[in-house]
Order: sequence, then structure tokens, then C-alpha cells
Amino acid sequence: MLTLSTGNNAVAAAVRQANPAVVAAYPITPQTEIVEQIANYVTNGSLKSKYIPVESEHSAMAACIGASITGVRTFTATSSHGLLYMHEMVNWAAGARLPIVMANVNRALGPGWNVWAEHTDALQARDTGWLQVYVSTVQEAYDATLMAFRIAEDRRVYLPVMVNLDGFTLSHISQQLDESPVSDFIPPMILDHAISTDAPMGYGCMTSSADYFRIRYDIERSMRDSVQVIRETEDAFASKFGRKYSWTEDYRCDDAQVLILSMGTLGKEAEVAVDILRSEGIKAGSMRVRWIRPFPEPDLRDRELVVIDRNYSFGFGGILASSIRAKTGKECYNVIAGLGGQEVTFNDIAGFVRERRIGEESWFGVDA
Amino acid sequence: MSGTSASEYICKCTSACAGCSSSLILRHVLKAAGPDTVLVVPACCTSVLQGVWPNTSFNIPVYNVAFAAAAAVASGMAAAFETLGKNTNVIAYAGDGGTVDIGIQALSGALERETNFLYICYDNEAYGNTGMQRSGSTPLGARTTTTPGGKTHVKKDLDRIIAAHHLPYMATACSAYPQDLVKKVKKALSIKGPKFMHILAPCPPGWRYDASQTIEVGKMAVKTGIWAMYEREYDTLTLSGPTKAAMIKPAPLEDYLKMQGRFSGMSEEKVRMVQGEVERNLRLLKAEAEGTC
Repeated sequence: MLTLSTGNNAVAAAVRQANPAVVAAYPITPQTEIVEQIANYVTNGSLKSKYIPVESEHSAMAACIGASITGVRTFTATSSHGLLYMHEMVNWAAGARLPIVMANVNRALGPGWNVWAEHTDALQARDTGWLQVYVSTVQEAYDATLMAFRIAEDRRVYLPVMVNLDGFTLSHISQQLDESPVSDFIPPMILDHAISTDAPMGYGCMTSSADYFRIRYDIERSMRDSVQVIRETEDAFASKFGRKYSWTEDYRCDDAQVLILSMGTLGKEAEVAVDILRSEGIKAGSMRVRWIRPFPEPDLRDRELVVIDRNYSFGFGGILASSIRAKTGKECYNVIAGLGGQEVTFNDIAGFVRERRIGEESWFGVDA
Repeated sequence: MSGTSASEYICKCTSACAGCSSSLILRHVLKAAGPDTVLVVPACCTSVLQGVWPNTSFNIPVYNVAFAAAAAVASGMAAAFETLGKNTNVIAYAGDGGTVDIGIQALSGALERETNFLYICYDNEAYGNTGMQRSGSTPLGARTTTTPGGKTHVKKDLDRIIAAHHLPYMATACSAYPQDLVKKVKKALSIKGPKFMHILAPCPPGWRYDASQTIEVGKMAVKTGIWAMYEREYDTLTLSGPTKAAMIKPAPLEDYLKMQGRFSGMSEEKVRMVQGEVERNLRLLKAEAEGTC
């Protein structure tokens, strides 16, 4: 069924399809519409979930943890300060191997108060053991949310998944949405370590260094195994619904001599920039990085790289550029752009490519 | 002990300190609750006394969670059990730090949302697990490692904060009165909705008395009236027997204070202030029980 939907409502619609037993959430701009819509679904009976209107994000994730360990499907959504406030429990969810799905609407961090798009919020959670995917369209927000449940609940993974969408530039814009019913695409959740009074166990007990270390290694092994699970899930999704996804979304990359790497909605601007640059004779391509954890091994070959970071690690650099350097050893031109919702157009991105200075970093609109 | 189950849910040889009353309380709580029970435990002495993974000294499921999170985790668990059609008891068992300080927001939220669970705060009046630092629940004048000169603030009145949530059931109890405690746990678990118990848990190393005196110290807390025992069902307050007796003929407060090294050197002025607090509290409770307030 084709409808017109915002990014937020697309996430809520996907959650309704996935039918979690428990949703615990707290409102925050620009995510609020997701939890409002879910509350509407629950009130009008079209979603049978228990909706727990918690008093904070810390409690939102804690309640999801308490529900998930009984073996039922859970969902929450947050943004920015909400994600930071629940950070302790975000770590706990992954360490406890709970397949919780969370939508995070990417937003800048205060001070000063700024509700606009930036990726630093979610990237601060990149070392927690959560899988993280970044989407760029309303349809992709819907599709990635559906797939997130299947990936998280696969027993080869049993790790939580965070679906990231840009505040306002995706959460609040309207695009076409194919709201296909998922029927059996997401199998019923089975959690092997679900809590049971028939088989009492201690969870999260004090743990020796040797055992703790091994348990941490198990998380990393599952993170590595998730690569295959993500591939299988995206392939299965493509064959069922006809929409293909992969580690990166590549646009005119095959013969490109310079690649624009970015995340989220900037990746769609970059595609327009590629067309402009090609018309000027610059063989550009766009590679939009979708999965940050697990991190892809992109096929960059010997091409020049322009990496746009809508985030920053102070004292170090743009996080996507740093990651690509670390993974591939390749230098790039790192443009810091779009922080706090700064407008970045396809013309601006074309300009980044024309003026590229490999090995340097530039703050768009600030650096002389 | 008559009236309690012969089943044991805490095995012998926990890593609790000698004379630990919080593990004694939990032993009785679990006997009252029975095997279809899940405990949610935030950071506190109980996280430690289970032992080291993969062993545990408890034979009911225990979900250990971060310090501030017990009530919220229990919220999610209670909601999930409801969707699964299970009547499993969800009991959050938290210390005073995890309740009156860092966990109070989650607790207040869970109570306001009418979560179907029992929250028990076992109160040893300090951060015991980390070596006895002051908490909001430490009484005026008590020495802790962060109040080496004695605490300068009065104990937070947790029970009136909880009472403001207008619960179907809340009760106070003391480790030295196990039959009363068991009766209250059973009553709490027979009621659907949010239930709360606040249980005094004397702590030999923290309160600085000999481990053999744990029961005596608990009894003296009740006899002096510094710890009052009652039940509250919505607006109806019922005083427990030992507290009624203490209202008629209280033991001298000094007899309680002098049993414990933590009150050594406490000024007469502070003793008078504590005495005043005790009298005020008992007066309010008595008036409420008699319906005259």
C-alpha cells in the first residue's frame, strides 16, 4: 500500500508491523512523533503492545531490558540527550545480549539548545555493542526498522540494533512509503537465555576478570557474525519486497575517480552533487555508509576520498573519516559539515569535491 | 519459625558479612514469596552476596541491574509477564542508596504508573556495599566514611514520599521481627498493583556493633520508636504491635544509640534533635492511625 509518510511515522508503522510485546519510551524532539504514533496505535487497538510511558530515557531502556529478558520483543525510540541519558543502560542492553530495537533520531547535543540534525549523539554510543544503521529516506527508515528486529533476534547476533534517521531532514519530511505487510518476514522471537522461574539463574552477577573478558569477546564474535546475518536479511528483504540494501549505497561509483563518503540524508545530496560534477567532467561517485557497527570494509581502491562528517570527535577529527583511515590506511579530505543542522546543499558538496585537499580537514563555512 | 515455609531460596555460604540482616530479610522475603518469583537487584550488598558467576547462592532467578534502574527494569518485566499471561512475582530488592537517592526517580515513576510489583528497600542507612558512605537515609549524627564527624542532615523521610503515591499497600518492617515481615510480604504479594516495603536492616560493620547483636539492635530500634512499623492501604494506616507498644512506653533512645559505634561522640544537641524527630514521627503516625489528623 502506497502512502505519504514522514520518517518518524514510517518508523512507527514498521514497529506496528513488528508487533513488539512492550514499548517503553519517553518523548524528545525530534523523535516525539514516533512514540505519539505508537501510543495512538495502542489506543486505537491496531497495535497490541504494552506501552510503558516511562519518566525518563534511562528508565525507557531499563524497562526494555526488563521486558526483553523475559523473551518478548521490545522497542524504544529516542534522540540526542535522551540517548546520552540512557547511555548506561544502552551498554547494559548489549552486554546482556538483548535484541532490543531502538530508533534514534539524530540531533545535536547542548549547549546551546539545538534540535537539528547531527550524528554525534549516536556515534558516542558506537562502542557499546549495539549494531548501528543510518538511513536516508522515509522508505529506508521503514525497511531498516523491520530488518532490525530480524537481525537483532537472530541467535547468531542477540545484540540490540539502533536505526538512525536525521532529525527533521528525514524525521519530519514526507515521502512516498510502501507499507507492505511483513507477514512472516520477522520470525517469532526466541531468546535462548530468557529468564525462567523453572530454571533459575543469576543474570549480571559479579564476574571474574577471566570470565568477563571471555564474555566481552563473545560480543565481538557475534558482532562479526552479524555481518553475515545482515547480508542474509537484506538479501531476503530484497527478494521479498524488491528493495535492495547493502553496507553502503553506491551511486555512480564503478568508474569514479573521486568518492564522496557520507552518512544519512547528506548521502542523497551527494548523489545530486555527483551528477553536477560529472557534467563538469569530474568523475565523482557517492558512497553512503549505512552500517557503522559492524563497520563495512568499503571497496575504495585507489580513488580520492572526500569524507563528510556530520559529527566530530574533539581533539581528533571527523569520526567517519577517522574510521576509514583506520580501516583502510587511506588519506582523505575530511569536511566537517552540517553540525547542529547547518544547511549543506548538493552545490556545497560539489564544492567540497572541487576544492578537495587530500590529507586536510575543513570545517564548512567556518574555516577561511 | 512458625508460619513460614521450610523451603530455602538462599543457600548457605553466601558472601554476606557475619550478622548481615539484609540477607536474613531476603531469606524471609523469598520464603514468603515462593519459587515463582524473580528478583531485580540494583547495585547494593545483595549484588555481592550472591557470589561470583557462574555460581550463585540464590535458587530463584535474579536479574542484576545498574544502580538507578531497578524499578524501571521491574516495570518492563512486570509488563512482559502480563503479556505472557504469567503471574510471576516481580520483586525489586534494593538498598537505601538505590532507593532514596539514585533510584528514587525510577521508583516514583514505576509507582505512579501502577506497576504490578513489590519494591523492597532494605535500609542499612548508608552505602554499605562500597564501605559505608552516607546516603540520604543515614540518620542525623551517624558517622560514616564520608561523614567522619557525624551526619549533619536528618534522614530522608522516604515513607511519606512513597505514601504520597497513594499505594494500595505499603509497609515498614524490621529484620528483628521476621514473622511480622513475612506476614507483610505475603499480604503485599496478594494485592495487584504497586506495593512497597521499607525494612530496617542493621549492619554490624557499618553501624559498628558486634555481629551477635544484629537482632538486639533491630529490636531496640523499634522499641525506642526510632524505627516505626506499620501498614498503609491507601489512606488507612495500621500500626504494628511492637510500634504500638513503643508509643505507650518507649525505651530510651540513648539505649539504641550507645549500642552502635557510629553514634559515638554524638553531641547532646544532636541526640535531642533525633529524639524530637522520633517523637514527631510517632505523633503523626498515631494521629493518622486514629484518624485524628
